[in-house]
Amino acid sequence: MTRGPSLTFWIGAVLSLSFVAAALLSFLWTPYDVEALEIANRLKTPSVAHPFGTDHFGRDILSMIMVGARTSIAVALVAVGIGMGLGVPLGLWAAARKGGLVDEVIMRGNDLVFAFPSLVIAILITAVFGASALNAIIAIGIFNIPVFARLTRGAALSLWQREFILAARVAGKGAARISAEHILPNILNLLIVQGTIQFSLGILAEAGLSYVGLGAQPPLPSWGRMLADAQTMVSFAPHLALIPGLAIVLMVLGLNLMGDGLRDWLDPRIRVARA
Amino acid sequence: MSLLSIRNLSLSIHGAPILSAVSLDVGAGEIVAITGESGSGKSMTALATMGLLPRGAQTNGTVTLDGTDLTQLSERKLCGLRGREVGMVFQEPMTALNPVQTIGRQVAETILIHRAMTPAKVEERAREMLDRVGLPADRFPLDRYPHELSGGQRQRVVIAMAIALRPKLLIADEPTTALDVTTQAQILALLKSLTADFGMGLLMITHDLAVVSDMADRIAVMQKGRIVEQGPTRQLFARMEHPYTRALFEASDHRVAMPPAPADARPLLQVKGVVRDYPLPKTQLFAPRQHHRAVDNVSLTLNTGDRVGLVGESGCGKSTLTRAILGLEEVQAGQITLDGEPVFTGHRPNLDTRRRIQVVFQDPFGSFNPRHRVGRLITEPFHLLDAPPKGTAREAAIAEALNAVGLTPNDAQRYIHEFSGGQRQRIAIARALIIRPELIVFDEAVSALDVRVRAQILDLIARISAEHGLAYLFISHDLSVVRRVTDRVFVMQAGRIVEDGPTERVFSAPEHPYTRSLIAAAPTLPDLTHLKEATP
Amino acid sequence: MLRYTLKRALSLLVSLLVASLVIFFVVEVAPGDPAAYMLGVNAQEDTLAALRAELGLDQPKLVRYAAWVTGMLQGDFGTSYTYRTPVAQMVADRLWVSLPLAAYALALSTLIAFPAGIYAASRRGRAGDMAVMGATQLGVAVPNFWFAMMLVVIFAINLRWFSAGGFPGWEGGVLPALKALTLPAIALALPQAAILARVMRSALLDTLGEDFIRTARAKGLSPGQALRAHALRNALIPVLTILGLQFSFLLAGAIIIEQVFFLPGLGRLVFQAISARDLIVVESVVMLLVFAVIVVNFLVDLAYAAVDPRLRART
Repeated sequence: MTRGPSLTFWIGAVLSLSFVAAALLSFLWTPYDVEALEIANRLKTPSVAHPFGTDHFGRDILSMIMVGARTSIAVALVAVGIGMGLGVPLGLWAAARKGGLVDEVIMRGNDLVFAFPSLVIAILITAVFGASALNAIIAIGIFNIPVFARLTRGAALSLWQREFILAARVAGKGAARISAEHILPNILNLLIVQGTIQFSLGILAEAGLSYVGLGAQPPLPSWGRMLADAQTMVSFAPHLALIPGLAIVLMVLGLNLMGDGLRDWLDPRIRVARA
Repeated sequence: MSLLSIRNLSLSIHGAPILSAVSLDVGAGEIVAITGESGSGKSMTALATMGLLPRGAQTNGTVTLDGTDLTQLSERKLCGLRGREVGMVFQEPMTALNPVQTIGRQVAETILIHRAMTPAKVEERAREMLDRVGLPADRFPLDRYPHELSGGQRQRVVIAMAIALRPKLLIADEPTTALDVTTQAQILALLKSLTADFGMGLLMITHDLAVVSDMADRIAVMQKGRIVEQGPTRQLFARMEHPYTRALFEASDHRVAMPPAPADARPLLQVKGVVRDYPLPKTQLFAPRQHHRAVDNVSLTLNTGDRVGLVGESGCGKSTLTRAILGLEEVQAGQITLDGEPVFTGHRPNLDTRRRIQVVFQDPFGSFNPRHRVGRLITEPFHLLDAPPKGTAREAAIAEALNAVGLTPNDAQRYIHEFSGGQRQRIAIARALIIRPELIVFDEAVSALDVRVRAQILDLIARISAEHGLAYLFISHDLSVVRRVTDRVFVMQAGRIVEDGPTERVFSAPEHPYTRSLIAAAPTLPDLTHLKEATP
Repeated sequence: MLRYTLKRALSLLVSLLVASLVIFFVVEVAPGDPAAYMLGVNAQEDTLAALRAELGLDQPKLVRYAAWVTGMLQGDFGTSYTYRTPVAQMVADRLWVSLPLAAYALALSTLIAFPAGIYAASRRGRAGDMAVMGATQLGVAVPNFWFAMMLVVIFAINLRWFSAGGFPGWEGGVLPALKALTLPAIALALPQAAILARVMRSALLDTLGEDFIRTARAKGLSPGQALRAHALRNALIPVLTILGLQFSFLLAGAIIIEQVFFLPGLGRLVFQAISARDLIVVESVVMLLVFAVIVVNFLVDLAYAAVDPRLRART
């Protein structure tokens, strides 16, 4: 009966947690100072002294990757928090008032937000308030709200059909209490899995926004900005583009593998259905 | 030599034994029934015959159809055989048809896939088959979609697909279990006449002995993957050599010893002129919204200690009425009161009356939050009390409720998935009992249970109601069950109560035509004394 | 069907209306005076006032919103604050790069994902399935703009099969234009195809577990025949939802990818406009993008009804 998470989960967990560890470590120590410019050492290919080489200002790329992980993880994590914090209660509320005005308004609102890709939200915010990492957080966070609201509503609706919910209603419990006591615990696994996926999408989106200059601003290092800087130099210094890109791929891959592993572990029914 | 001959068929799935040494014959024009409780392996026998076993299945033994051993055939050969030589009908007509394809196309597919006719003739045959199963062209043209048909009509389409190429053998796996009793009778008659007309063999799988008792030529009784007894129907019923067969028969015909009802009764639940409408989706943009009247001017009274039944087919409004009585939904007209107190006041459920009514639902698997322990599950109704018992008083209440339904106080620490279906229904009854209600509504409470477990739960219901002086409203589509545990019965049709009276009177001398048709359609077990005299 | 279409069309209009309100009022709260930006810091107060009047900035907000919307309906998007030229003209030129790019990528993504998803589903649990799933797992993790840079390094800089960027325009013929869009479209399409293939596979596997597939098998269809004849169309319903969502991702992605390939699309226009604080251009481009997304989702809704007869009947 007791069954641990699969190998997939562990591979993913090790991959993504090593980036988290690197990000945390960067607060205490990095191989070099990321703001120290050493023009003499510019565009060095990977070596013992600089395992990932240096950029056009002579900054150590490993150190920048470590600090950049901080930005990516912080932005994606807070954005998932916004999405869950607002989306889940909205979804629960809509499901509890199925077919009513509240449901209709929430769902139409969701549709509307879905019509604004996070890039478009970021463009709007940046145009109005100027560029910053906060924009990326808000843009991705807003985009996450309908994702969680829809997921929660869908899962909650099918639970509302179940007889144990009817039993709770017979016991005189109100919609809010039922949502908290019976619905939420039963959709938590689903939310955790989706949270992992949105986290990985957030990393990708943050990179994209920073790349086009709508996210993190200098001197804050970020993977997307490193790629933007690398672009004009790809022909003679491809490692500048390769390394931040691989960092993104590995981090996202790790999170996705972890999400898949979690889903198989937490919800054996999905596995049974596909077996 | 018989048409289908299964010899020593054993089956395991991923190593778990499912069938052992099953041997069975079906002759041309013969109806053979396999019966048994859930998990006995009867459906797997059918799927093994079709060669449609799930992955990881390992078989031993032979399945010979018309001289060919199916277990030795390649998948390609089997595909050529299915639909042409053997047809199959399944339990759930609502999901057995492809929702995005017309019924005509789905019937025609059987013919097309086997290239049995020229495309020009295919449509003609599909039409002919639909006509034959009772779906005439004027009301059921070929371009109908499954969602436009009722369950019984869909099952007819499935049958038309299965017989389109006049197979030698038809396998029907619980073909009427999902259908109402009158529809069931029609489908059974259809299957019977098709068997006779086409000279097909019919292998019928059912959990319901009564369904096959007046239809099958022979019956095989299965238990735990084995056939424990088989023989010609009359002979099998007359002899019943295996104890399991007897146990099944007795449970199917179980008479509940009803304790006498309390004498000093006073009116408890009063339903007066209740109307419940549901809005329908708008069909025209600016037309006023249409309503479906699910409950239409229903009145009934339950006295304290009353044991009352409510029967009707699906969609008759009995579930809607239940929800209204429980105060879960507001009614559009009329009033429902308990001891004179309305169950719904000021657009909100009246919790003072709610604590005196509890309910037991049908689905033993869906009625409990899988994340809570039994102790927490059965104390949920305490929420209705102003001062719910705490600490040892709570423990004592849990222990008492569990004891009352034949479980032990230790079971409070376990999770619901550790219990069988019958035990879960006991837990559901414990949950209803724990705040000592005066009325319990049993909403199809034994419909999902196997016959032997069902008999036990019916006994439990009768005993508990007497011990606690409880009144109950027993809602079911199954007339034979209602007859056994109620003193009075209401018959509901299309939102109205069409007949009511003492149970024995309604069943022995029904007055309303609808009641009569229901009773006529309900399958019955043979009378044993009569059978024994007639069989040598 | 007509009723369903009308209902969807009504909801399309409401969405567009609300979206335009949101966009207009978000831009309205922007600090600063466009007229001051256009004339520079040394402008005289009376010239500023004259310009404000010319741009209609002195009108009440609701009047200006109404003017903006009616203008757009007539194809008039206003005048760029920085270039002093009609926005409509600027946008129209760029649209003919971004929209074809997104459509090209959508076509590629579908062409890759459908066969891959169907193949994986039909080989469930076997080596072919594992290979496709592994590849898609990687594809989902790759940021499209980085993938684009890698494509440039390989196919433009090293192999020299394509040029590293730029766009010859449609006037020089369709083929050279398409060729210039090919690398960007591949970069956009592959990561999306990975997602779509996974959705296709899991939708098919869900459908293959349905009762009506068993019915089809009992009629004598082989597993492959059952998949093609019955599972595919039913699986299309969830796939369509993702396809609709993908278009908005592709459009957003196209704007980012344009930066990699120096394509003169909406992306370049909007980023220049942001740095120049040319808000009216930003406003128009954003409205256009949102318009495209909403219209595509409307089309997806119509496609649902084409696939599923239950929708046609119910509403």
